[in-house]
Amino acid sequence: MIIPHPLLGPRDAAEFVYLGDAMLIDRPDPDAPDAAEAFHDYMYLRDNPAGPHRELWYHEQGDRSWLVVTRDTTTHEILSAELARDVALAQGRDR
Amino acid sequence: MRYSAFRILTEALRGNRGWTPAWREPDPKPEYDVVIIGGGGHGLATAYYLAREFGIRNVAVLEKSWLGSGNIGRNTTIIRSNYMLPGNEPFYEFSMKLWEGLEQDFNYNAMVSQRSILNLFHSDPQRDAFVRRGNAMILAGADAELADQAQLRHELPFLDFDNARFPIKGGLYQRRGGTVRHDAVAWGYARGADSRGVDIIQNCEVTGFDIKDGKCLGVQTTRGAIRAGKVGVCVAGSSGRVMAKAGMRLPIESHVLQAFVTEGLKPVLPGVITFGAGHFYVSQSDKGGLVFGGDIDGYNTYAQRGNMPVIEDVAEGGMAIMPMIGRARLLRSWGGLMDMSMDGSPFIDRTHIDGLYFNGGWCYGGFKATPASGYCYAHLLARDEPHPTAIQMRLDRFRRGNLIDEKGQGAQPNLH
Repeated sequence: MIIPHPLLGPRDAAEFVYLGDAMLIDRPDPDAPDAAEAFHDYMYLRDNPAGPHRELWYHEQGDRSWLVVTRDTTTHEILSAELARDVALAQGRDR
Repeated sequence: MRYSAFRILTEALRGNRGWTPAWREPDPKPEYDVVIIGGGGHGLATAYYLAREFGIRNVAVLEKSWLGSGNIGRNTTIIRSNYMLPGNEPFYEFSMKLWEGLEQDFNYNAMVSQRSILNLFHSDPQRDAFVRRGNAMILAGADAELADQAQLRHELPFLDFDNARFPIKGGLYQRRGGTVRHDAVAWGYARGADSRGVDIIQNCEVTGFDIKDGKCLGVQTTRGAIRAGKVGVCVAGSSGRVMAKAGMRLPIESHVLQAFVTEGLKPVLPGVITFGAGHFYVSQSDKGGLVFGGDIDGYNTYAQRGNMPVIEDVAEGGMAIMPMIGRARLLRSWGGLMDMSMDGSPFIDRTHIDGLYFNGGWCYGGFKATPASGYCYAHLLARDEPHPTAIQMRLDRFRRGNLIDEKGQGAQPNLH
């Protein structure tokens, strides 16, 4: 698989480390009353879809950026790649 | 029809006209006591033990493709019970004991061959860890035997003992481990279940669950609706896809594991050998091909094929322990889908929906578990209580903090 890195251009997926579903960016609020349940779901449950999947890849053998890659899990086709930082900022995170 | 040497002789004299199909191809009935989704090894074993051990014969096994078209036909055929944790080892040893009597039990030649499995170690700390695991195995009634380097040099002279990076210091044997003819396991269980009245319905994909007031009443399929007293999902590899139809999220990611076979060679490997410093396992099939594999590819996928970097990594693992493998030509490689769970261990449990049961999360260890998985799932479906050896394989164990994490990797499925 070739990942179209937004800064570096096309890079071999073997340069990256895979973490999993990009929903891991949305860490629950630890002060919320249902925090224990929310963290259980956050940590252990996955949508695991067959089709487009937004997922976190870390460019360990490159510029060490985290990417949010949208990839079809039935064909391995990569639909887009964004910097995870941009995704987090757009979601209202401060970094 | 019972298979025997006498039967072969009689049929030979009668021109082999008396053989009948090993199972029927029935149309689905409108209602069953138990509907099992998934006609692979585990699903067929479940139906077999439901009928044979628990007297429940009004059972259907629904398979979206042909019987045994998933992971029972895609694995590296290894059986073993060399786990360590109390939640796992009694279960896998139960499975090993079922393997040992399987062929007589279901009257089918599954070519169960206890040719041994050897886990190599490469350092003193790893030796200590293996001694500990061997002791845990013996405590659970399994067999384990530590072999030093001198013994292995005598038994397996082709290993690269003096490898500069990963010298081979010895290994942990389980002599009762080995290999089984994987397809014959599916066929034997199918034949055994069918002859006891189970309907095996192929080309019948489940498209939805009929759930009303928190109770599962049946399933919708491509061959019509089927009512069921109980529905048992048994589709490891596709669990995410199927359970999403019941509105459930699982502690599972789907990953691909590749496997490989070389051209046929003269007998060279006496048993299964695994690399202790990387991930590589190899055995030799009865046709002579070296059958081997390694790590999963490591990203979510439902495509039954992998990518090149892992093939290179597996080949490097093989070269590290037995350089002669470099002279063998690769014949085929293929991929199968794994339910990678959050702690590397499986689930055999009820769900929060009444009448809906779940069996999955087998990671890449499902084949060896086939008999015990079927037996324990049948026990749960028949009696509504878990089998004693599967009592920790619960879906809510993460919420309770009772993980069964053999490798101690945490909630990172692609590392298990």
